[in-house]
Amino acid sequence: MTRPYVRLTALIIIVAIVLYPLVWMVGTSFKSPEEIVNNIGLIPREFTPSNFSEGWNKFDVAFGRFFLNSAMVAVLTVVGNTLSCLLAAYAFGRLRFRMRGVWFAIMIGTLLLPGHVLIIPQYILFRTLGWVGGDWPYLPLLVPHFLATEAFFVFLMVQFMRGIPRELDEAAVIDGASPYSIFRHVILPLSRPALVTTAIFSFIWTWNDFFRQLVYLSELKDYTAPVALTLFIDSTSESSVGPMFAMSLLSLVPVFLFFVAFQRLLVEGINTSGLKG
Amino acid sequence: MPVRPTEPVPPPPAATRRGGRARRRREDLAGYVFLSPWLLGLLGITAIPMLLSLYLSFTDYSPLIDVGEAQWVGFDNYREMFTADPSYWHAVRVTVTFALVAVPLKLAAALGVALLLNKAFKGIAVFRGLFYLPSLLGGSVAVAIVWRSMFNREGAFNSFLALFGIEGAPWVNDPQWALETLMLLAIWQFGAPMVIFLAGLKQVPTELYEAASVDGAGAWRQFTHITLPMLSPVIFFNLVLETIHGFQGFTSAFVLSGGTGGPVDSTLMYTLHLYNKGFVELNMGYASAMAWVFLLVVGLITVLLFNTGKFWVHYSDNEER
Repeated sequence: MTRPYVRLTALIIIVAIVLYPLVWMVGTSFKSPEEIVNNIGLIPREFTPSNFSEGWNKFDVAFGRFFLNSAMVAVLTVVGNTLSCLLAAYAFGRLRFRMRGVWFAIMIGTLLLPGHVLIIPQYILFRTLGWVGGDWPYLPLLVPHFLATEAFFVFLMVQFMRGIPRELDEAAVIDGASPYSIFRHVILPLSRPALVTTAIFSFIWTWNDFFRQLVYLSELKDYTAPVALTLFIDSTSESSVGPMFAMSLLSLVPVFLFFVAFQRLLVEGINTSGLKG
Repeated sequence: MPVRPTEPVPPPPAATRRGGRARRRREDLAGYVFLSPWLLGLLGITAIPMLLSLYLSFTDYSPLIDVGEAQWVGFDNYREMFTADPSYWHAVRVTVTFALVAVPLKLAAALGVALLLNKAFKGIAVFRGLFYLPSLLGGSVAVAIVWRSMFNREGAFNSFLALFGIEGAPWVNDPQWALETLMLLAIWQFGAPMVIFLAGLKQVPTELYEAASVDGAGAWRQFTHITLPMLSPVIFFNLVLETIHGFQGFTSAFVLSGGTGGPVDSTLMYTLHLYNKGFVELNMGYASAMAWVFLLVVGLITVLLFNTGKFWVHYSDNEER
């Protein structure tokens, strides 16, 4: 079609445009308040790392606490999603039981169900159970993930498990293995790649999640990083732009590290299941 | 290749059918044991809340009272929504515009860049990764904050325009341009559908292009007569996914408008209006009615998409089905 260097030039220009906002973000988080207004270049003339310490201590609770809260929610969500979706996927993908087809169809249905539709009744339910507010307000964020409600991951693992050769189960059955020991000794070890993909996507999605955390976290000390970041929006003063960018940048670092470490896996993950980024 | 969610469960091979009734029953039991967390979630986290919200949509429930004390108001919430809440219609218009404009543009960008990347050359993995990065980061509050700063009156985008002597609008604070700014943020995240397109392009047999070249078909004809039809299942897949995703945009609209959906409702995405009604104005009966209408409309659009798909999605003989 086109000559290779024309193609390459076009790609480089597009990459530059696409990455510009991110690079600009990094540059701005090291600029002084005057430079943020006057210097439109990417590189700060006067390197201002104090944005980070200022942003870190901007609110009554240090930003480190927000990051710890975020990390805790994300890690526990990863545990919940991988465990519960693995169990459900084994049932759907490898076992024959009555009404499997019906349940599978319902599971596919929930795949397309917009989560926002359920937020209000879930809120009421969790409040009735006494889970909203209190000393540890994270149960409403975590419990659904221990009940395999993230159908995307169930689906992803079902697809994966169907690819595991049936002969392995059959050999185990002849040796007298129960469905439980087949799960433990055949499927679980072979499902590692699907588990890793689920874990990585779970972490990234939860780390970026905002809607549910906004609804359930009301005390400053319980805030996660995204909820805390919105506090910067309310304070409109010019001087808080640098610290705001510094904390925003820090909040993206974990996802960026995951991206660097697992790029190939992430790309394959969206290919096998159509997972959104 | 992305697998279509409607793929039926394949029947197990004959060998596992042997083994008699006892084994059958044992597997029945095991099936439900493994399925129990999911079943509990389906019941407690999805089904019961869905019915509860249907009931609430006919009441004046607010979180200040108990569910039992909520007054039955019939179709009042629905009537108010359709006739007495101008913001509701703004939200509908904003959301529909978003889905109709941002989604096709995002897919076009994804397909265009995928075509550029499709020729194998050194460094393709690097490019693919870099284009994919915004999809991973873009849904976050942090990136929305950056966007908000880039596209305000003193933002980087206007400074750039000033180099050419153009005076830019205040973008996010301009009712004329705020939604466009929001859509640009969505289009910027074209990497995820692009990766899926790339995988789809790899499946198109090169012999088709060779045969077409021999017959004298130019690049454009090859694109419209080979690439597009062969890619149509993947285009369809991306379209369904991105449309459903697009209808649910919340975070970027919330951050760009500071939670208001402003200026003058210009970025009031449906879910943002729902949030404000339910959790700011504490009018949860009304918000539940909004949620149910949303559910029905999104369901309807999905069904509609699947039906129109029959007319333009081309499945090659076996694999795609």
